Order: sequence, then C-alpha cells, then structure tokens
Amino acid sequence: MKDDVVICRCEDVTYGEIVRAIESGLTTTEELKRVLRCGMGPCQGRTCSRLIARIIAEKTGRDIEEVAYPVVRPPTRPTEIGILAGDDEK
Amino acid sequence: MRSSAECVIIGGGVVGTAVAYYLAKRGMRDVVVLERDFLASGATGRCGGGIRQQWSTEPNTRLAIESVRIWKTLEDELDADIEFLQGGYLVLAYTDDDVAQFEKNVGLQRGLGLAVETLSPEEILTEVTPHLNTEGVRMATWCAEDASANPFLTTQAYADAARRLGVEIELWTPACRIIVEGGRVAGVETPRGKISSPFVVNAAGGHSVPLARTAGVELPVTPYRREILVSEPLERFLDPMIISFSYGVYFRQTKHGAVIGGFADPDAPEGFDESSSLAFLVSMTKKLRHLMPILAPVKIVRQWAGLYDVTPDAQPILGATDGVEGLFQANGFSGHGFMIAPKVAELLAQAIAGEEPELDIERLNARRFEGGDFTQDRSVV
Repeated sequence: MKDDVVICRCEDVTYGEIVRAIESGLTTTEELKRVLRCGMGPCQGRTCSRLIARIIAEKTGRDIEEVAYPVVRPPTRPTEIGILAGDDEK
Repeated sequence: MRSSAECVIIGGGVVGTAVAYYLAKRGMRDVVVLERDFLASGATGRCGGGIRQQWSTEPNTRLAIESVRIWKTLEDELDADIEFLQGGYLVLAYTDDDVAQFEKNVGLQRGLGLAVETLSPEEILTEVTPHLNTEGVRMATWCAEDASANPFLTTQAYADAARRLGVEIELWTPACRIIVEGGRVAGVETPRGKISSPFVVNAAGGHSVPLARTAGVELPVTPYRREILVSEPLERFLDPMIISFSYGVYFRQTKHGAVIGGFADPDAPEGFDESSSLAFLVSMTKKLRHLMPILAPVKIVRQWAGLYDVTPDAQPILGATDGVEGLFQANGFSGHGFMIAPKVAELLAQAIAGEEPELDIERLNARRFEGGDFTQDRSVV
C-alpha cells in the first residue's frame, strides 16, 4: 500500500504514519490512537479500527484475531450538547 | 529485561517517564521504567491537560510556577511537539467564600512572583472571551501564563528522550511487589522476573497505595473516579482553560480544536472504578451549555474516566519513605500531577542522585500528616 493512503478519514492519518509508529514500538490500537489520533474522530474508529488492526497484524507478525480494537466509549454516536443536556430545569 | 538497575521506576505516566529522563540527564542511565499497560494509560492519559499556577497553598503554587518555567522550553529540550499553549486560566468566583478565598490566593500567588489579576464579569467578556455566560459570576482571577499541553505526547516525548539516554522502558510489565530487605529496598518483582535495585520510585498513581503496601508502607492516598468528555473539533475560538471550584467545572479547547472538560463529582465513591456514567454526561453538558450557550449544537464524541489519587491536603507525596531506605514516593497528586510533573520529577531525580533538591521537598513527605496539622489546598477542581 502507498504511504499516502489515508487510513483514518476523520483525522487524516495515513498508512505511512501508522507504519512508522508501529516500527517505533507502538504496537496496539490504543497506543496508535493516543499518539496519532486515528480512531479519535467523529466516527470513533468505526471506519479505520479494523484496517489499523490489520496493519498491526501484518507488521508485527501477529494474527489479526490477537490484535484488540480500542475500547468503545460512550456516547457511541456523536451527540449534540443541547440534546444530551435535555431540558434546563435549573 | 535487565535483572538489575541503578533505579527502577514504577509507572509509565508523565511523572515516571520524567523522573527517568531527569535521572538519565544527571548521568544515572541504568534506569528501568515498569509500566503495567502502555505509556500514559493511567491517570496521565485521562487528564484534561491543563497547566495551572493558581493554587491556594505555597508548595503547589511554587511547584506549578517552577514547572511552567520548564514547560516553556520543554518542546525544544525534548525535541518534540507536545501541543504546549500558554492560553491562560480563568478561575470564576460565584460565592462569598470564593471571593474571600481568591483574595488570599492572589496575595500568595503574587508574593511568589505570579502575574495574576482579578477581572470583573465585564472585563472577562472584553479581555478573555465574549462567549462566556457570566450570570452569577462575581469576579474571576486570570493568569495569562497558565497553559495546557497534550498528556500523551508529553509522556511519549519524555519517554523517547529518556530512551535516547539509555533508559529502558518495559511496557506490559506490572510491578507485583516491592522487595525490602533489612529496612532497605532491594528491587521489584514482576511476572517477567525480578529486577534488583538500590532505588525504587513509586509513581503508580492510585495504584501506588496497594504497591506501597507490599513494602509494608501505608500511604495516605485515596483513589477516586473522575470523569471527562470531549467534543468534535471546532474552529479556534477559545485559548484559556475556564474553571470554577464552586460551580464545579473545567474546560478548554485543545490545539486540535476539540472542547475537553469535566468536573469532580463530590459524591464519587472511592476505589478503582474507571467506567463512565450517563449522569456525568448529562450534568457536564448542562454545565457547558449554561456557561457557553454557543456550544449547544456541538457534538460530544467521547467520554471516559480516570483516577485522582487524593491526599488529605491535595498536595503530592514526594521523596524518601520513612522505614524503607531507597524507596521514593511520587504519588498523591490529587488531580494535578500532569501540570507539576516537570519540576516534581526534576526535584526527585536530584534527591535520588544524592544532590540537595533545589526546593525543599521534605515538607511533602507523607509524615506531614502524622500530627494531623496540615493546610488543605482549596483550589481543586
């Protein structure tokens, strides 16, 4: 795959950036997310998590089933502050 | 993994990696950092990233002021982008108690050389941000030199710089037991084997408590869950962190553009629970909408939680341990470890290397609580 292929579309993180980070020793989706932001955007990794897990598996020689996906955090779907806050009873 | 080292540091957060870096910089390079998961996976990577110098006790204020001196040139020193930004901190007063306390705080802070001013609600709107709803706000204190940085990138930068100097960082390697022999620390036991060492640093955040217990030491530190959330990225509209102790809120816009913020639930039970709650999501979004109505249409993308390791006076436990020679504590940061990490780590490295620390850290020894006579920092959010 070409280095400039975008893997995380929300945060514009490319294949090359991910590979370099893995080579520097970041070998889990959680670490890559924290340093490169891949999976931290509005889709919260729905698009890229599987791709990133596959790149990790390829580059570290692990089975893809052994590569954990990042923790899914609420509210799961991006939701407006005004909606979450509900009616202002105060 | 090495079987012996000059110093073993437990905890790969900002404090642990920074202590490793400052030790290596002083020439002690045979240092191992043990991290249970990955770098900044504990409290550091879960924090809001604020760097505040406006505190109500002298040690916290001094540690923060001295840390900002280091923060200002840290990107050059570590040769990394850590998203450091001196956007200021605006501290809002709502009550009579706030106003009286803030007057004392400003006196203390100015006495220590901090450029802090008081602002009226009108001045907040013209000088800091036009977007704040100042309803009920009596006044505010403002320090333009307060700052923020990215906790992951900072920890990574300290770790990388430490590694370049020869430090070994062992990820996925928990410390199971601190080994003590004849009143002296002898090393650390891990599932991958034992590392013998004459010096051990306990920088494991809330987990420092059970860890210290393995060495027969009881730390006056209690872990509490603290929650936080983050929005989608927005065009730049806000440089400072905005906080209030009485209203219970802190939030800022990161360099990346997202609004990040939280508050401390005074009813949070103690313990190691790091789950998120719907109650927090609702309360926090109410607070954000109230303080900044323009945020109502902004989407929240993520919420999470982490642990505050709280001491009775909200100041860290730092330095030597009575009864266990060679065991150093760097924990109990009570929610503000990230911001004071640079100076704390440098002072601890000085103490471990046998130098006289530049600032007196004896007053931050755990024995200060023994008499029951201590002053609590009231500026905790």
